[in-house]
Amino acid sequence: MTTTAPQAPATPVQSEPQLPPTRGQRFTGAAANYIDERTSISGLVKELGRKIFPDHWSFMLGEVALYSFVVILLSGTFLTFFFQASMAEVEYEGSYVPLKGIEMSVAYASSLDISFEVRGGMLMRQVHHWAALLFIASIGLHMLRVFFTGAFRKPREINWVVGFILFILAMGEGFTGYSLPDDLLSGNGLRIIDGMVKGFPVIGTWTSYLLFGGEFPGTDVVGRFYTLHILLLPAILLALIGVHLVLLVVNKHTQFAAPGATNDNVVGVPIMPVFAAKAGGFFFIVFGVLTLIASFFTINPIWNYGPYDPSPVSAGTQPDWYIGFADGALRLVPPGWEFVLFGYTVSMNILAPVAVLGLFIVVVMLYPFFEAWLTGDKREHHIADRPRNNPTRTAIGAAGVTFYAVLWAAASSDLIGTHFRLAIEHVIWGLQALLFIGPVVAFIVTKRVCIGLQKRDREIALHGFESGRIVRLPGGEYIEVHQQLDEYERWKLVAYNDYQPLMLRPNKKGRITLNQRARAVATRWFFEDRIAPVTQSELAAAHAHGDHHGELEGSNPSQGAISH
Amino acid sequence: MANDSDGITGGEAAGTAVEKAAPREVASGVGVVASDRIENPGFPPHRPRVTDEDPKKNYAAERTVSILFYLSIVGSIFAVAAYIAFPIVPGDPGSIRLNNALLGTGITLGLLGIGFGAVHWAKSIMDGHDLVESRHGTRGSDSTRAAAVEVFRLGNKESGFTRRSLLRNSLIGALVVTPIPAIALFRDLAPAEDPVGLLKHTLWDEGVRLARDPEGTPIRAADVTIGSAFHVIPEGLEDSEHPLEEKAKAAVLLMRLNPGDLNELPERADWSYDGIVAYSKICTHVGCPVALYEQQTHHLLCPCHQSQFDVANHAQVIFGPAKRPLPQLPIAVDEEGYLVAQSDFTEPVGPSFWERSL
Amino acid sequence: MSKKRTAKTGRRSPLATLALLTVGLATTGGAYALFTGTATAETTAVHQQLVDDGEKLFVANCATCHGMDLEGTETGPSLVGVGAASVDFQVGTGRMPLQQQGPQAEEKPVQFTEEQVQALAEYVASIAPGPEIPEEEYLTGKGDAAVGAEIFRINCAMCHNVAGAGGALTEGKYAPALTGTEAVHVYEAMLTGPQNMPVFNDANISPEDKANIITYLKYLEENPSPGGFDLGNLGPVAEGLFIWIFGLGAIVAITVWLTAKSN
Repeated sequence: MTTTAPQAPATPVQSEPQLPPTRGQRFTGAAANYIDERTSISGLVKELGRKIFPDHWSFMLGEVALYSFVVILLSGTFLTFFFQASMAEVEYEGSYVPLKGIEMSVAYASSLDISFEVRGGMLMRQVHHWAALLFIASIGLHMLRVFFTGAFRKPREINWVVGFILFILAMGEGFTGYSLPDDLLSGNGLRIIDGMVKGFPVIGTWTSYLLFGGEFPGTDVVGRFYTLHILLLPAILLALIGVHLVLLVVNKHTQFAAPGATNDNVVGVPIMPVFAAKAGGFFFIVFGVLTLIASFFTINPIWNYGPYDPSPVSAGTQPDWYIGFADGALRLVPPGWEFVLFGYTVSMNILAPVAVLGLFIVVVMLYPFFEAWLTGDKREHHIADRPRNNPTRTAIGAAGVTFYAVLWAAASSDLIGTHFRLAIEHVIWGLQALLFIGPVVAFIVTKRVCIGLQKRDREIALHGFESGRIVRLPGGEYIEVHQQLDEYERWKLVAYNDYQPLMLRPNKKGRITLNQRARAVATRWFFEDRIAPVTQSELAAAHAHGDHHGELEGSNPSQGAISH
Repeated sequence: MANDSDGITGGEAAGTAVEKAAPREVASGVGVVASDRIENPGFPPHRPRVTDEDPKKNYAAERTVSILFYLSIVGSIFAVAAYIAFPIVPGDPGSIRLNNALLGTGITLGLLGIGFGAVHWAKSIMDGHDLVESRHGTRGSDSTRAAAVEVFRLGNKESGFTRRSLLRNSLIGALVVTPIPAIALFRDLAPAEDPVGLLKHTLWDEGVRLARDPEGTPIRAADVTIGSAFHVIPEGLEDSEHPLEEKAKAAVLLMRLNPGDLNELPERADWSYDGIVAYSKICTHVGCPVALYEQQTHHLLCPCHQSQFDVANHAQVIFGPAKRPLPQLPIAVDEEGYLVAQSDFTEPVGPSFWERSL
Repeated sequence: MSKKRTAKTGRRSPLATLALLTVGLATTGGAYALFTGTATAETTAVHQQLVDDGEKLFVANCATCHGMDLEGTETGPSLVGVGAASVDFQVGTGRMPLQQQGPQAEEKPVQFTEEQVQALAEYVASIAPGPEIPEEEYLTGKGDAAVGAEIFRINCAMCHNVAGAGGALTEGKYAPALTGTEAVHVYEAMLTGPQNMPVFNDANISPEDKANIITYLKYLEENPSPGGFDLGNLGPVAEGLFIWIFGLGAIVAITVWLTAKSN
């Protein structure tokens, strides 16, 4: 690893006078020696201690997820000391008046005791739940950042898949945790899961039976989910977070194009000390913000819901936000999607949404491989794209986000209805239509906006900003003076990769393979209306032109640059 | 390289073009590498911070950071003080709210003080220069790869893994079979009996009285005035072996409509009593309790996925993802005037399952 | 008691307003007697006076839709046998007189004085008997909140939400939020089943249990959530929006500060 400072030396070398070591220094030295003689840790410190991390706000989102997870582990451990994962019946004798004397499960009673009898228990419960919501939200935003900047490209495709699995596991953690208090809300959530599982062909009935240890609700599911929630899923999550971070270190972080930042270097701050201080401090900030929210905002008031009972249900029964898209998909199915085939019941009203969601998830997971196949680009990419510079990818992302958002909105169709004075039927119909139209519109609009921004970037790179100052030339001609960019500013606008549609040529055997035809179609769709980055000669020409005529008329700069 | 044999080209440079300074030639696919692209101008001049140039500002920043750290100490002490000074008073939910808010505020202060202090330290006092680290290709060097291949070759040679196919194949076979007992072990997650039979029966039976949920008191037909909705369980539910599981199947909604509004199927003409009808409360979609009864439109709405059933028309689906009508419970009146079931439901209640119609 | 709350004119003619005002003023004395001394209130003369006043109000404000003889018309249902409780609920919460046709009658500012509502209720009850306005003893909130909460969850929560935050019904109708609703109106709503709400007569939910439900609702109102602000008790949707907008929003703002170059 070579670490150099641009321009000026990074660490000003000061010749400090040689002093005899103080007691503290002697102790530190001895301790370090003791550990290194037994662990060889100095090699690791040497290797990692001055690794460079680029600074950009969007690069912190994964850290938010990591820190939320640590907060979840800490607060969750506290909760396990008080929570009892049993569905045995007890009579509530705690201090919450509206539940006194009510029969409930031990799990629910102990959740109430955590909230009402343990000092700080309410705080920890709320920190835990808010942190869980933030965990998955920040993973989502982190994934969007990675997608829209193309940070999933070689060599990071595998880490995208690892991160994706982490996202799925996080949702699993969330759902199992949501079910543990055994209140009315979580019980109805489980009942929906039971109904969905039963809808699966052949194995559904038995799967539900095995999951619940008999008929729904049974007395086993909370204990089983507890084991998944605090043992199995966290273990896998931790292991995969380890893999995710090791791959991050191996691949090093991407960076945005900037003067001096190239595909072959990383520009930023070293782990020791600046990044360690920032990242360490940021952990405390994330923890602090979560604690602040938990101190003042109720989350999941389980005491309102009462113990699980199969008969009641509350208006506004919804899952936590990250399961919302699945709940919404169930709501959007039109009536009648179920039939009987040779005596067997096929519930398309469950299978269709499950299939759509499964397909959506697989498409997201495999997208990096699709783009790699399409471009045939085997280079490593360490410069993050600005979203506008890959309009088709950005448009695909926007379409996907719209699709997800419509499903998500559908999960609160009843609240949309009551809060916007609409009939729920109209909300559902509207969202059904939007599920198909929305992504298409989002795709077209996003792509046009990206290309428009690219054109503007190109214009500015070539001709500079319009300064608003009008000057009269000696010949009587009026021109507006353009403020040229300096080369550092210009670099950010012109530094991006350019691709063009594949031209079909026969291979050595004189054949055009089907794969090539498919790639030709895909690349044409992807790159046909691209805007190429400004080249040196275009810049020279523009400047020569500008010197002669000013910029009043503009010289249609994009002409000739748009390849079709 | 793979691309050459594919016979593709993405412009004059594609296929052979590499990004500048890449250590080895890599295909760029349809990527265009322009020959006269604008070059990276290199690092701009370093802009020193005010704390670099003004020792007073530097000292002020140092003081701010230490104040933040002291604030953190104050916050943590405050949290412990609040823990002791604002205990939970039994029966007073306000005390929990206060405990939660004050304890949380203290901890928040303790955490944010460290967090903002450390970041401020890093931003304004620690060295402000950007450093550069060079990247190398992710793949191992050719010699490393050759060594790795050699390791595998030796491993193979010394074990005879590919040569001794009998050994290898029998090992693979054994490895494939070993997890099977582990799968079998999970069989006892559920009891031995077949779930399908259980799903097709509920506690309802001939003569079982309809009782109020949750009290379990029987209901007289005369109690059910027009426009009423009663939430119903079978009498004796609490004494059954598995009350929750039975309730999950047997919950019923009892409604009385003006008999003139009721459009009954001919074969179910005697399933109601003077406009009183009883339907399963368990949604035929995924099983939420459907109990949002509108007494004038006679619609039943499921709050989970908005399926709607028309009680006046034998609970057929009028909106939403459910397919089947809610199962109807045939009812009658016994000699004491109480409502009773004529039989169990004539079809399985709740969500669909594979073996439902068998 | 001499409140002279002027009724909102709405679509009524000015003449009706004048008549209304006159009636209101005339009623004041009788109503005062009715509310202060039980002995005098029971006298038939005063009662008859109330019924007469109620009839005048009814003719001026309600008969267009409900018919002169309460038998109902195409635009309004029959009021025969709905009882004083129903009138007190519908008029006392401002739902009646209806301002405009819609999915359901909206709660709005009450258009009559208490005495006028009383007179209307007495008049409608005098035509045919029906559910009475509940006794004060059931409305105090001194019942068993735990029993009330359980009955509330089974009978009410599916429409009104477990915390009484309200919820959606079909075709644009909704179950209103119960916060701030007076105990007497909660009781009357259960008893009479206004609009699409089912009837919960005393054989279904006994008066004591209705009092328990009111006790539970009062408990919710008097004891704010021990966890802090309740975000409208709308459940996980509100929580999800909160974490995305304020939680993640705050964190992203901090990351921008954290990675910005210090000046």
